[in-house]
Amino acid sequence: MVLKVFFPSCCASAESGILIGRWISEQNSAVILAVIHFPFIPVQVKQYLSEVQRVTKVSVSVLGSWSNSKREKEESLSEFLEDLGTIFSHEPWIQISKEGDSKFWSCSTLQKNSNNPKEEEIILVYYDQRKVMLSHLHPPLDTAASTDHKAEDASKLSAIFDTVAKSKILFMTDRYDDGPIKLTHWQSDGVEASIIVELMKQASVPACMLLTFLLSLVSGVCRSRKANIFVSLLIDVALGLLLISWLYRKNRIGHLADTLIPVADHVAEELQDLLQWLMGAPAGLKMNRALDQVLGRFFLYHIHLWISYIHLMSPFIEMILWYVGLSACLGLTVALCILSDIIALLTFHIYCFYVYGARLYCLKIYGLSSLWRLFRGKKWNVLRQRVDSCSYDLDQLFIGTLLFTILLFLLPTTALYYLVFTLLRLLVVIVQGLIHLLVDLIDSLPLYSVILRLCRSYRLADQPPVIWQCGTDIQAANLQLLPQGFLDIPLQEAVPWRAHLPLETQRREAGLKTAKELERLGQENRLNPNSFGPKASQSQRLLDPFN
Amino acid sequence: MEEWWYRSASGARIALRRRQHSASCRELAVRCPRLRLRSLSAATSAAWLAAYGLFVLTENSMVLSAAIIITLVGLIIYLHFVKIDQESLLVIGSLGIQVTSSYASGKESTTFIEMSQVKDVVINEAIHMQKVIYYLCILLQDPGDPQGVSEVVPLFQSSKPRLDCLIEVYKSCQEILEQRKTAPQSS
Repeated sequence: MVLKVFFPSCCASAESGILIGRWISEQNSAVILAVIHFPFIPVQVKQYLSEVQRVTKVSVSVLGSWSNSKREKEESLSEFLEDLGTIFSHEPWIQISKEGDSKFWSCSTLQKNSNNPKEEEIILVYYDQRKVMLSHLHPPLDTAASTDHKAEDASKLSAIFDTVAKSKILFMTDRYDDGPIKLTHWQSDGVEASIIVELMKQASVPACMLLTFLLSLVSGVCRSRKANIFVSLLIDVALGLLLISWLYRKNRIGHLADTLIPVADHVAEELQDLLQWLMGAPAGLKMNRALDQVLGRFFLYHIHLWISYIHLMSPFIEMILWYVGLSACLGLTVALCILSDIIALLTFHIYCFYVYGARLYCLKIYGLSSLWRLFRGKKWNVLRQRVDSCSYDLDQLFIGTLLFTILLFLLPTTALYYLVFTLLRLLVVIVQGLIHLLVDLIDSLPLYSVILRLCRSYRLADQPPVIWQCGTDIQAANLQLLPQGFLDIPLQEAVPWRAHLPLETQRREAGLKTAKELERLGQENRLNPNSFGPKASQSQRLLDPFN
Repeated sequence: MEEWWYRSASGARIALRRRQHSASCRELAVRCPRLRLRSLSAATSAAWLAAYGLFVLTENSMVLSAAIIITLVGLIIYLHFVKIDQESLLVIGSLGIQVTSSYASGKESTTFIEMSQVKDVVINEAIHMQKVIYYLCILLQDPGDPQGVSEVVPLFQSSKPRLDCLIEVYKSCQEILEQRKTAPQSS
């Protein structure tokens, strides 16, 4: 016989405790409604449950134990949980446990009177408690059969739905209330989430409703991650259009183009001044006159070329800029990236100077290190990648020492040029980096989730419940079941649902997971060799379920 | 997970993927052929040529923009509502059968049928256009009449696999459905 356990997804991250719910013996299934945390007094728990039973007319009882340990399993805890089975006698006693870092659960049952020695298969079904509570499962409208038939053939799942729907009073108390009983159920998450809504409720309910309506339109199209991208894109395009309207009014872009050439000229002039300073005695350092003049003239000539090119381009700048500015309608991020590219183009000569300076310096250092090794009588062995001693001839040593001296005394000049141009290049790179950072920020801000989080009260549904309320004829439930909640004989670990998602996604996604998504999850979780390993490893678990 | 290649009723290649999650749970998915680039470009070119012809006749440039918009909107509607990428069948003994169709735009529509309502899964013949094709269907129990059938739910309607593929699916389903007859009082 198959045992079915319906577990609420909101309790997947709850702390250890005992499970309460309803046991439907004719279907051999257990519907878990909440988790009661330690510490508790068993007498009070029984009193509370009998009160709930009296009010809701649902036979709520203690069904089993739930253990969610962050550390390794503790022996005392496992024995304690088994002993609980004797205090709250229930047949069968269901034990579900989850280890903190592992993604796998284990579920087992304890049968006191073992008249059924064969191990039974356990099916673990996750359900979204809030959605199931708010929904009704209707029988087909065309059954005109008598009430007897209806009672027998009534959908078995409707018993589950009824159980959760009638137990509303159970969801009133919470683990944050001061009382003897500390429960976790779907409301435990909900109480914290809508603080902002509660605070701003009086003033902003209409605004929030409008925003969530708009967002529900978005979410109707796609899932949360895609919705984030979608909303970011929308905001991006809106900002870009705003930028365009600001730029093109009063011909600001023409002014921008007009100031571009003088700015480029100014930069070039500043560079020339810098080079003249370097060619002289910069910061009081005495440079090698000849090398200084050569390098300085070389770079000055480059700047001269650059200025000529800029002046050649100047008539076309305005038109180009005008058309390029139009591309900002694709989004603010596009405009920012274009700005970054324009900066890169305008400072191309700085980049060139940096490359020359770096190359020269690199060559010099390379030469110096090699000749320094020669000076000491050593050589770099390329094959072995290490320094070996080597005996040089006299003329080799002589020429090597000469070159070494030359390079050494020319080092300050080259180093200075290298330093100056590297700093300039760094400046440009920092500016470009800031722009890119801004672009990344705009792209990756999860605005959709943020707005949803702020504005969503748990009474507003951003997606219609899985099954509509009365009026529509739904014959078959739109439940999406979890194929991997299966526990085979003797024991198998089930792949749990993603318990670390933000609350909105937890609530938004349909009641139970689709097979496809779990397949994907299952493929991600294949890292754990115990999961679908051979039966030998599973039989080990049979002996000690809490290991 | 096993995958086999078959042909659909119209001759296109389809893939059947079978995944066994446990002894009483199987998932069978039929992947339909993808939207071909050449058919898409043929349709688009035809639409735009027609629009250009109209433009030449009427000298109204709105025709061209309207054609572009109609093509785009039509493509989106086609991908979202018509083109089915994959149809899958998830059979869980003692719980039910779930039929999922996933569209090319990512939309998924599912139907779940409880095991107590399922009478049997059979292969039927039907006359479709000018052909006789086989299709797999779920027979639902009539609550009033234990021998009767209240409804027939056809499966794999858009991929239309041929008989060899259907036989595979049928065998897999029957293995699980038999378990509920052997297991006493299984729910």
